[in-house]
Amino acid sequence: MKDTPLSNCERQFLLKTIEERKRLDGRETYDYRNIKITFGVDYGFCMVDLGKTKVMSQVSCELATPKETRPSEGMLFTTVELSPMASPAFEANKQSELLVKLNRQLERCLRTSKCFDMESLCIVSGEKVWRINVDVHVLNHDGNLMDAVSIVAITSLSHFRRPEVSIQGQEFTVHTAEERDPIPLSIYHMPISVSFAFFQQGSYLLVDPNDSEEKVMEGLLVIAMNKHREICFIQSSGGIMLLKKQVTRCSDIASVKVLEITELIQKALEKDRKARKDDDKFSFAESLPKEQITAQKLKEAPLEKMDIQETASEIINKANISPSTQGEHSPVLHAGGVGQVGEGITSSWGLEEDIEEEGEMEEKTTVKKTKRKGDVIVISDSEEEDIVVLN
Amino acid sequence: MDVNEHEVSPATREFGCEQNLLSRPDGSATFIQGNTNVLAGVYGPAEVKVSKEIYDRATLEVLIQPKIGLPGVRERAREQCVRETCEAALLSSLHPRSSLSLILQEVHDDGSLLACCLNAACMALMDAGLPMSCLFCGITCVISTEGQIITDPTLQQEKESRAQMTFAIDSIEKRVMMSSTKGSISVQELQEAIALSQRASERIFQFYRDSVHRRYSKIQ
Repeated sequence: MKDTPLSNCERQFLLKTIEERKRLDGRETYDYRNIKITFGVDYGFCMVDLGKTKVMSQVSCELATPKETRPSEGMLFTTVELSPMASPAFEANKQSELLVKLNRQLERCLRTSKCFDMESLCIVSGEKVWRINVDVHVLNHDGNLMDAVSIVAITSLSHFRRPEVSIQGQEFTVHTAEERDPIPLSIYHMPISVSFAFFQQGSYLLVDPNDSEEKVMEGLLVIAMNKHREICFIQSSGGIMLLKKQVTRCSDIASVKVLEITELIQKALEKDRKARKDDDKFSFAESLPKEQITAQKLKEAPLEKMDIQETASEIINKANISPSTQGEHSPVLHAGGVGQVGEGITSSWGLEEDIEEEGEMEEKTTVKKTKRKGDVIVISDSEEEDIVVLN
Repeated sequence: MDVNEHEVSPATREFGCEQNLLSRPDGSATFIQGNTNVLAGVYGPAEVKVSKEIYDRATLEVLIQPKIGLPGVRERAREQCVRETCEAALLSSLHPRSSLSLILQEVHDDGSLLACCLNAACMALMDAGLPMSCLFCGITCVISTEGQIITDPTLQQEKESRAQMTFAIDSIEKRVMMSSTKGSISVQELQEAIALSQRASERIFQFYRDSVHRRYSKIQ
């Protein structure tokens, strides 16, 4: 299915509003859309809503053999999945240009910026290390996927706990969550990307472009930064020429935005930590919006089981299994390699003689597989003793 | 999770749903059964690839996305169960030569995932406003090693069970539209499970009705 293209008048209208320094959703030039961070039951699960853009991420870990070049370092793998749910233009399991770009940018954002301690993931040098997988799913595409993906990935990494391992000599034991509390990853800093869309040869700039703004933009500048104002990666695409002044201005804006977002993530993590400590059980039903008419809840309730058994017995009795179909007859061998069951049995379909002529209309055939090998199927017709051998 | 409470009498866990939560799909819904959560999105009726075109009805595609890794054989099997149920309920002959795609995303699996997928699918199809001959719901039953039937089991209960059955039940005559079983079961147990699922389906359909009623309550 194809994505709906933007019509010319929509395009002109959008560009005109941008020239007038207005945005269709009422935001200011440097405003982000609302960011909502939700955690789940498992450690390392996170869902982020950036306006209408929705992404979710799950971090998991497994034991693996390290790379020969880096025997004492753990591994980090990131996968971004563009679910066909997110946009009609996305196809399942297809490597699109956007997907490759997002994967590469996320990898640069997390792995190349060395945002967490890889060496602490080593168990036995050169033999066993933890391999951390980050699976990001894009659920709804309304522009600025990169920022949403970077926020959800770093938040779920910060939320994740891995099982504890104890080492005695060369032997090691992986403890389950019940035995010992799982331990978090040691995160040095949180790289968060901020996207800037440029219009009219770079004369207009917007932060956090939505889908329609992305469709009319001429260039995109993505800056990933941490709260210490260190740039983790920078990417300019769309072939737009930018002045040095513009890039430094963008990085100034990014530093402010990153500080705000980091604070939001920390607050969300802290709130979740507190809830888990108080043994406040998380439930998805609780996270549903309460005041909305599109959401509905139903409490847990028992079912009445009174006459279930009687109903079941009644149905079985009604089915009235006649003894002749129980398969008492032994298989007949006509020749080597052929077997047949059910020859010479009187019809058990209960047809009376006077309706025999109509019988052909409501012909019922029974298919019985021979007990031997099962490669010969014999269809035995109960009225005429014709035998059709399939296969 | 209080396991004993479930063993006394079969029960359904806490249900929750939200419709129309995604902006891009034509219909979307999330369905929650206890801690199991599935998100569904529907696109269609839309244009169809020539290779997949059916001249007298709409082509339905179902995709189930697991939370971790790529979809495998298990997801394919579930997709088929969901697709066949939806095909039976949808009046697809009203939209010939078009495509309907239903995408289901597992958000959290805590047992009865296939049943939750079916419920989310039905809610999303309702939200998309596609014509259906009846509604459907999914219920999972397991038989514990003591021979007790548990409805809407958690993952722990599923693991400890002897057999597992999932039924799709239609809303009009409460007939079984699809069944998927695992493990060995006697005829008596199967019939009991079906009867119990039909009982449970009444509650789910009432839940559907309540949520739709609530959703359109502001329309005069």
